[in-house]
Amino acid sequence: MFGLVDCNNFYASCERIFQPSLEGKPIAILSNNDGCVIARSNEAKALGLPMGAPAHQYNSFFNQHNVKVFSSNYPLYGDMSRRVMDVLKQFTPLVEVYSIDEAFLQFEGFEYYDLEEYAREIKKRVGKWTGMPVSIGLGPSKALAKVANRVAKKFADRTGGVYVIDSEEKRIKALKWLAIGDVWGIGHRHNKRLVLRQVRTAFDFTQLSDAWVRKEMSVVGLRLKHDLLGKSSIPLEMIAAPKKAIATTRSFESLIDDYQELRERVSTFASLCAEKLRQQNSRCHAVYVFVRSNPFMPDLPQYRNSTMISLPFATNSSLTLSKTALHGLDLIYKPGISYKKAGVMVTGIVPEDAYQMTLFTYENPKHQALMQHIDYLHKRFGPHKIKIANQDLNRTYKMKQAHLSPRYTTDVRDVIRVH
Amino acid sequence: MEKEGGLHFFTPDTSGKGVWLAVEGVSAGFPSPADDFKETQISLDKVAVKNEAATFYARVAGQSMIGAGLDDGDLLVIDRSLEPQDGKIAVCLIDGDFTVKRLKVEKDCVWLMAENKRYKPIQVTEENELMIWGIVTYVLKAL
Repeated sequence: MFGLVDCNNFYASCERIFQPSLEGKPIAILSNNDGCVIARSNEAKALGLPMGAPAHQYNSFFNQHNVKVFSSNYPLYGDMSRRVMDVLKQFTPLVEVYSIDEAFLQFEGFEYYDLEEYAREIKKRVGKWTGMPVSIGLGPSKALAKVANRVAKKFADRTGGVYVIDSEEKRIKALKWLAIGDVWGIGHRHNKRLVLRQVRTAFDFTQLSDAWVRKEMSVVGLRLKHDLLGKSSIPLEMIAAPKKAIATTRSFESLIDDYQELRERVSTFASLCAEKLRQQNSRCHAVYVFVRSNPFMPDLPQYRNSTMISLPFATNSSLTLSKTALHGLDLIYKPGISYKKAGVMVTGIVPEDAYQMTLFTYENPKHQALMQHIDYLHKRFGPHKIKIANQDLNRTYKMKQAHLSPRYTTDVRDVIRVH
Repeated sequence: MEKEGGLHFFTPDTSGKGVWLAVEGVSAGFPSPADDFKETQISLDKVAVKNEAATFYARVAGQSMIGAGLDDGDLLVIDRSLEPQDGKIAVCLIDGDFTVKRLKVEKDCVWLMAENKRYKPIQVTEENELMIWGIVTYVLKAL
């Protein structure tokens, strides 16, 4: 059996654990730089606050409905996530941390356990120890555990936040209830195509022929179909697969007109991508750079552009990536524009040990040793101590975080105060 | 997931993570006779944190618990996994405010007892909303 444990309104719940008076009140969490809404409590959803709402357009809405707004506090969320996952690992060694607020569990050798009771115990312990409310779905496959989780959450008053799909009757009932677009792994594109074929629910999807699913949705879709039929086909992945693309993008706190300043930002984003690559022991083959003006200021001249540059060899050197990204910026930069956002994405990622030598062009082998030393020094003395000369040495990474909550669990100066 | 069968190749770790450090320095003479008897360092975490996932911290504000040794500015170690019991010091939430008090559990009511004559015991009745947030296990104070 598989389980899916999902934290209820994770970001909002993290804030509520340390400000319990916010229980039952609408909460919105903003993206980096307080750009737009990235998470909402149930109360905020009920008010009709849309996901992705630009914060500056919704100020009066927040005031009018007494929505408590938070800047994203990733140190807090990361720490609370780790605590939840640590508790889950006490219940089974087979845990796949699927995202910051979700984990798949696998139960092997639990034949004589009442797994529903066991799941209620998990929910209770996570709640008591960490304060985090969770919903748990159980089923014979990962996809069905995911379906069961949706049932548990949607009908929380009846399920108490735990639901088990352990019979054909329950499986079919749940699949007939679940809209195809809400099925795990069915993206926007597939959803559209399936609805055109009168596939409206998860159940309809399981009635399609293997051949059609395989042809239209590849083996990934076929595995999903079998998973939904109760034949487990998507295995638990306990080791995080290396990311396929890594990006560092930011909205600037104020518009940037100055070319040098923009170069500095792009260079910094590229070195951040390089650091992320080195952390996961991989290299990339291509660099994508984009810039854009502020679409919410229609009076200003609007511009957006991007470019992709292929590298002759795979690299994770900050020097090479910064140089390449700046070359890309030169290609797309247009003077006279006030830029609001820029970003660097690296793609074509390969593992370090699968690095292919090339005969004619290669990176100065000294880069690798240099990067290792930089990483070591950053580990020892803290991040961003060593920069490339085209990065601004005085600039520490600044973000607009006007509504930041304290770092209750990661900074001793920020712990809660009790009278 | 582990793959069954097939060959597993192990490559030596040359990532250079964790730079090798010669703690005692490198000398051509005799190695330190203490090397074989190295223990780990004393860690306050190990002493005070029994359950890491459930341990949180709080700062005392005010002197309502001065009699129990909790002074303004002291750091509290809180273990949420422990069950509340009569006589334990707990961080509670009463009517929306955090407070630290000693629990006094009676047959049909709970008292939150300050340890300072200037503060009256708080009787928790059905009309109050009480939540025991966690049990205080240690207090760290600067002298």
